[in-house]
Parts: sequence; structure tokens; C-alpha cells
Amino acid sequence: MSNEIAIIGAGMHPWGKWGHNFVQYGVAAAREALADAGIPWQDVRFVSGGATVRCGYPGYVAGATFAQALGWQGAEVNTSYAACASGSQALAAARNKILAGECEVALVVGADTTPKGFLAPAGGYRPEDPDWVRFYLGITNPTYFALYARRRMDLYGDTLADFAAVKVKNSRVGAKNPRARYRKCFTAEDVAASAMVADPLRLMDICATSDGGAALIVCSLEYARRIGKADAPRVAAISTVTPTFASGVVEMPDIATDSAAAAGVEALAYRSSIPMKAYEEAGIGPEDVSLAEVYDLSTALELDWIEDLRLAPRGDAAALLRQGDTALGGRIPVNVSGGLACFGEAVPAQAIAQVCELTWQLRGEAGDRQVKNAKVGITANQGLFGHGSSVIVKR
Amino acid sequence: MSDKPLAPAIEGWHTMAAKPHLIGSQCTHCGTYFFPKQEQYCRNPACDSTDFREVELSRTGHIWSYTNACYQPPAPFVAPDPFEPYAIAGVQLEREQMVVLGQVVAGVGVEDLKVGMPMELVLEPLHETEDDIKVTWKWRPLAADASNRPGE
Repeated sequence: MSNEIAIIGAGMHPWGKWGHNFVQYGVAAAREALADAGIPWQDVRFVSGGATVRCGYPGYVAGATFAQALGWQGAEVNTSYAACASGSQALAAARNKILAGECEVALVVGADTTPKGFLAPAGGYRPEDPDWVRFYLGITNPTYFALYARRRMDLYGDTLADFAAVKVKNSRVGAKNPRARYRKCFTAEDVAASAMVADPLRLMDICATSDGGAALIVCSLEYARRIGKADAPRVAAISTVTPTFASGVVEMPDIATDSAAAAGVEALAYRSSIPMKAYEEAGIGPEDVSLAEVYDLSTALELDWIEDLRLAPRGDAAALLRQGDTALGGRIPVNVSGGLACFGEAVPAQAIAQVCELTWQLRGEAGDRQVKNAKVGITANQGLFGHGSSVIVKR
Repeated sequence: MSDKPLAPAIEGWHTMAAKPHLIGSQCTHCGTYFFPKQEQYCRNPACDSTDFREVELSRTGHIWSYTNACYQPPAPFVAPDPFEPYAIAGVQLEREQMVVLGQVVAGVGVEDLKVGMPMELVLEPLHETEDDIKVTWKWRPLAADASNRPGE
């Protein structure tokens, strides 16, 4: 359809804790994507970067930084920042440029170098910044993941064994992914033996922060045809919609929810609103999805996302997991890349990496992680303050 | 703890009374509550009011969910040495229809908590400076006596 663009190249620098400059990861990913597309760098007329906020000014203007590193050649640049949804917004900027007819080929790229341990807020005394306040009061990212996990246990009867099973499932496929950081098959006993971080979540229930870089070459359908890639996977939807007021879920890094006290207020948390718009834009439904890459910041969150994507009725995700439906070879495989459990999070690269995985899967090039007959893939990820993104790729 | 004076860790977010309240605001036009206090713009999409009144929020509610912190958070958190894990709860306030996070008082662990449990707001030390003891709001299981009814 007229709103689609083609993905003709995908590339990633392996995730890890390499400690190099983020630009190096982005350049490696971009070069792999260009080689994959089989086009010269000079054909790219728009460079859309996902920003990193932990690497100084080069990170704030990531689009220009990557363009310079790859060699100035007169392309237009853009930089997007939306925390973990940055990559999707960078992809959306490229899509807009292409659909507006202002360019034929764009590079979408994100990379990060992350510090060790908890992600921390900006410095100084800043009580007007909720991110500063919650850390001052002792509330970290795992706090929020754990509050959601406890809700699942209380509302749906999910167990610690279910959460551990998510880690075990993802590690089995992640072990086969050469780009993943953690490539060991973990057992439920390994999870149970890891340290408690935020009850009920243990260290191995929670994703780490990683270095990494991911890139896509996207283009108009006409350009794809011209270079003999008319059957390339296509971006069918990009959704970045907000929740609706009043949202009753405490979202990172807020200290309180909206108040729903005013009359006539309807609530839709962003995890539900994002996929709804993505499905509508792609003109498909959850029943059409072959595989999903979702943001497993914690093992329990993977289960939330499965329900938000409507791949299972609310409260039933753990049942799907227990039946093996969400494993490779199951009815609706989730996180066959290994997910954040095996990658750790490289913020501005992560949403792009999810689309890379869908691209390889839809091309049938995912090797021993391949989902049979994959036609439609959906991603979901989480930004901050109750927003995120979802991308649908189809072939 | 020393005999230094008590001071709020964050100025203006709660009263310092024996039965403290969080200080929020309410839109005078649509009735939406805000915490922290919001007096510039109403976030209800159906309301463009810029008129707010300061309100004391309900000091009791029910647990929406809970967890704990087993690892020391990064700065600006000021941790005691050695670090003492603490529980955290999100408490649903009925009148305001909102959930507010906070630490749970010392000595109460996750094993003592349950979703739906009635809680009340109290003040406890967060950390000590050279001049004073910084206190903040914390949630405490509501004693089952008649003088402390929810909805107070």
C-alpha cells in the first residue's frame, strides 16, 4: 500500500559490554546494513539517528555524528530521542521523508555505550524532575517492573516459576544468536539461585544494560523494485501513540498516576493503546501475527506485552507460555532473538534491533532461530512517562 | 538517630503533622487531583483550566502493588552504611482515584504486605545531613483499631 516502505538492509554490532565509543557500534551496524542492501553509502539521502544521552554531545546529535563517521556525502540528517522508543521514532522520520517523496533511501541507526549498574538520573538538586525525585526516594527501574509482576501474581495467579520459564525460553534461542550478549542456556534453578533485586524479581528476571548498535536501510517501494528487491519485507505500521487520560498504571519514572477523579474520564494505558493503533494502521489483527519481539525489561513484562498485543486474552499469557505456544516452534513465538533477556538494553538501538530480527525472520534468514513461514512480525517497546512504540513488518 | 531537627526531604510535598498528608492540588474546573502539586496547567485533555487549589490528599488507601529494594539505588539516594533493604508500595487513594508510590516504614517487609491491604501515611527519616534529619512520607499498614479508619 501507499503507506509502506521497504526494508532492504539490516545490520547490528553484537551486544556486549565492550566499553568502546558508541559511534563505532553505529558505524559497524550501518556498514553491515549497507552491505546487506547491496547499495553504496552515497545512495543514502537521509540519515536518521536515535540519540543517546549518556555519551555527550555526539550522542545528542547522533544522526549527524553517524553521517560524519560514515563520511559526509551531503545527505540530510535527523536525530530522534524517545528513550527506548528512539529507534522507532527515527524509523518514523525516515518513513515520512520517503513517503513525502523527499528521498528514496534512508539509513536508520542507533547505538549506545552504557554505564555499569542502575541507570541513574541527571545530577544536581532537581525536585521538579520526577526522575530525580524517585531515585532520591529510593525507587529504581526494577521497582516498577516488580510492581507490575506482583500485580500479575495477585490478579492472574502467575508464579515465580512462570517468570523463570520466560528466562529459560528466551535463553534457549538467545544462545543461538551470534549478536546476543548472553549466550548461555539458563535453567529455572539458575534463576532461582540469582539474587533478589526487587521482590518478586531476581537478577536473572531483569534485563541488563548493554553496548550495541543496530541499523536499517529503508527505501521507497519503487526504489526496492528498481534494485530487484520488490519482495523485501515492508514496514506496515509504526505506532507511537500516547495513553489516554487518566492512566491508572504508575509509569516509570512517575511517583503517582493520573487521577481519575474527574467525571467522564476513560483510561487506556499506553501498552494497550500502542498496538491497537499499529494493527489499525497495518490493516491486520493479532490473528495475522507470526512472531513478536517485545520489551522484556523483566520476565514478567513479556507476559504483560503478550496480552497488550492481544496475542492472548488478559491474564492468559502464562498459560500460553506453559503450553509452549510462545517458544520457537510454538503457535506464536515471542522474542526468538533472545529478547532483552539475552541482549540487555542498548537504549537507542533496541527498537531498531527488534526490527532487524523481524527482517531476518521474514526473509527466512534466521538460521536455527527461524520461525517457520513467518509473514508478519510485530514489535513493542517502552519509553518513559507512559509512552513507547510498536512496529509491524510484513512480507 | 541524633537529636537534630526534622526537615522535609522535599519541601512542600507533605505536611509535618503527627498525622501527615501529602500536599497535592485540585483543578477547580474539572476536579482532577495532582500529586506532585500542579498549578500551571490541567492534564485532563477535556479541560484547559489554569486555576487550582492546594489540597491535602487522603492519608489512607489500599495497596495497588508492592515490592522492595534489595540493592542500593544510585545517587541522589543517600544510603545508610550498611545498606538496609526496604519495602515499597503503590497505594490507591479512593477519593483521588490515583496511586501514589512510597517507601514502606522500616521493619515492615514484603512478607507482611498484600494487594488490597489498608495503609496510612506517616513520616520517617530518609537520611541525615549535618544540620537536620530529612524525613519523607512512607506507607504503614493501618492499625486495626477504630480510631484509624480508612477514608479519614
